[in-house]
Amino acid sequence: MLAFLLRRISTALLVALTVSSLTFSLNFLSGDPAIALAGESATQEDLQTIREAYGYDKPIPVQYFNWLTGALQGDLGQSHYLNQPVADEIFQRLPTTMTLGLSALVFALVLSIPLGVLAAIRPNSLFDRFALTVAVVGQAMPSFWFALTMMLWFAINWRILPVSGSDTWLHFVMPSIALGYYITPGVMRLTRAGMLEVLRSDFIRTARAKGVSRFSLMFKHALRNAIIPVVSLAAVQFGFMLGGSIVIETIFAINGLGFLAWESIQRADLPMMQAIVLVLSFFYIALTFLADVLNAWLDPRIRIG
Amino acid sequence: MRPMYLALSASLLATTAMPAMAGKAEDTLNWATDKEVAVVDPYFSVTRELVIMGHMGWDGLVLFNNETGEFDPLLATSWEWKSNTEVEFDLREGVVFHDGSTFDADDVVYTINFLADEASGVPAQSVVNWMKSATKIDQYKVRLELVQPFPNAFAYLANEISIMPEGYYENSSIGADGTRDLSKVTPIGTGPYTVSDVRTGKYVNWAKNDQYFAGGPKGTPQIGNINFRTIGESNTQLAELMTGGLDWAWDVPKEQALRLEESGQVQVVNEKTLRISYLAFDVDGSSGQDYFTDQKVRAAFAHAINREAIAKELVGPASVAIHSACHPEQFACSQDVPHYDYNPEKAKALLAEAGYPDGFKFDLYGYREREFTEAVIGDLAAVGIQANLNWLQYSSLLEKVQNGETPVNHMTWGSSSIPDVAAITSHFFSGSSDDPAKDPRTAEALARGDTSVDPEVRKEAYQEALNIIAEEVYWLPMFTYAKYYVFSNDLDFTPTADEIPRLYEASWK
Repeated sequence: MLAFLLRRISTALLVALTVSSLTFSLNFLSGDPAIALAGESATQEDLQTIREAYGYDKPIPVQYFNWLTGALQGDLGQSHYLNQPVADEIFQRLPTTMTLGLSALVFALVLSIPLGVLAAIRPNSLFDRFALTVAVVGQAMPSFWFALTMMLWFAINWRILPVSGSDTWLHFVMPSIALGYYITPGVMRLTRAGMLEVLRSDFIRTARAKGVSRFSLMFKHALRNAIIPVVSLAAVQFGFMLGGSIVIETIFAINGLGFLAWESIQRADLPMMQAIVLVLSFFYIALTFLADVLNAWLDPRIRIG
Repeated sequence: MRPMYLALSASLLATTAMPAMAGKAEDTLNWATDKEVAVVDPYFSVTRELVIMGHMGWDGLVLFNNETGEFDPLLATSWEWKSNTEVEFDLREGVVFHDGSTFDADDVVYTINFLADEASGVPAQSVVNWMKSATKIDQYKVRLELVQPFPNAFAYLANEISIMPEGYYENSSIGADGTRDLSKVTPIGTGPYTVSDVRTGKYVNWAKNDQYFAGGPKGTPQIGNINFRTIGESNTQLAELMTGGLDWAWDVPKEQALRLEESGQVQVVNEKTLRISYLAFDVDGSSGQDYFTDQKVRAAFAHAINREAIAKELVGPASVAIHSACHPEQFACSQDVPHYDYNPEKAKALLAEAGYPDGFKFDLYGYREREFTEAVIGDLAAVGIQANLNWLQYSSLLEKVQNGETPVNHMTWGSSSIPDVAAITSHFFSGSSDDPAKDPRTAEALARGDTSVDPEVRKEAYQEALNIIAEEVYWLPMFTYAKYYVFSNDLDFTPTADEIPRLYEASWK
């Protein structure tokens, strides 16, 4: 088991570093980072000062090697734009993004799992068609448009929610819905499909014959089995939401990792971008791992397999 | 009972969820831009936000007066040029820094000598490297020595050189990569506002400096608090303006600004800026598309593009079409140069003379407002010239421009708010890699203007350079930019052309 864990962790590290090196290379395709840092009115002299100060005058492999050796020693460097240690900045903002991601996930699960279960109980019914419509609309609607529409109604017209910021829980209501709604269709359809399959299985028929109550049949016997792929999907989607919160954080002016990533890209703040990619990669990998463990707990057959 | 409960819940939610109503009621002016501000220091943060905040928290020796076009005394009360490279300043007495320490010559000497030393690490070297040193003559008199004659000295002193208390940067720690960790330096200046709270990248709150000296050109601050925060999305900024969460925003897109104006909920002002738009041609044919080595082709472009219409219809009422390679508001920016009026027929005739009666196809590069560039493309198409648009990030485009890879590029320049042609014409036509023509005649004339402090000598020299540029059409100057400002109906605020909003002069109606 220990060997398995070590193998998984080393693979995770390699994946994170590969992603990071790719991002590093791609960054240079968008132009000279010194120009992006200096702004539009910079002179050649200003640009040269910045190149020398930040090491952009060195070959790209040397720059990457320097960054990598620093990162392996726990030094993620200094943000060129914010003039702050990268690690401090990331850990200061991570809780905000985690709060947004978790609340969006809770919203998505609370909405999609009951919808999926209820749709499976009566397939092709009016409710089933309604649930499928919700799924189709969710998949078709861009999250930024949904976010702005909500803002128009809830913040401007009715004035019951704040427009932007992250000071209170109310500030997270619209962003969580906008972010969570995007993954709702996938989870709902998977729950529905899983429930339909499980409800047709022999052990459900047996349980029903033994007089197990309808609620217990659905939520204790059937859902526990149907939800296994949903757990994997939710874990992956949570990782996606942490990384994909860029748009939502930008729209709602939430001072999290997503907005920081957007700013860093705009400003060609390479140390910050590198670190954000690394952190998000680790989260993604860790969540996938966690999902495997959860699935093994839910279904003992996986442990044996 | 149930509907009542729901109504009660909804009203409770509405009460608690309403955004914090700041503005006049709480004597707090809220403003936002799309950029994060982490380090509140005008030298180590190269953003426009810090130029604005720099003027709120700090004072320079002089202040540019937008109405008179002159420099008013600020921390200096008077000055005298001792030679082309030496100027002596008498300093204002009775000024205190936010920490209570007294301002005097030692602070000026410290600030200038710190900046003049390249090892300071100030990224915008061009803003500071014209200063050689400062020497204390007595407690309220200093001598500033320049590296060489520099006509923009006062413009930089006014816009960019904030005076810090002696020893200000000494306690900042040095990071692993050699840069200073300025987050540990408490912002202290003599300005009309003092930093009351700051959270990295999220907000910077300012409070009125009750000790601010009387009788200065910045006046006496009226509004109790000025809070800045970052809102990356312009739609969100507008939503905050409409709901009272914000009192001031700028750079609002034209259509949105006009819609807001119709609503009557806010004031909307279109104000000129020092930024101009221009087309630069590949005069030496290095891009591989050598159409533009012929002056007739460049002149045909000038006649084909309806600059007036773009300025008025697309940019805004404060925008004007221009003819010389500078902004009309800048010192020595004469518009008395060869003009090319909008005349598509003349453009076609010039193209035929140049050997292109059926036009041609070329690559046009742009980066800023796509709709402006598309209008250019439309006008060119009307005379048979087909532009293939390449839309890039500024950093990518500038590299290509400097490498001579762009046949025509549609660019802009803001002159760092310096009201002098040296900040634009000299930058682009003195033979550097930014110079599309590298014409020795312009370089010589500009050098004459740049090394003199005699206004008449300078005007004459720049006129010569501007005439050559216009005659040869190395650039096609297009129009001045104009910005839409949107702010609360309760706010008394006047925007200025130099794009340094004087928020410290604002007051409530």
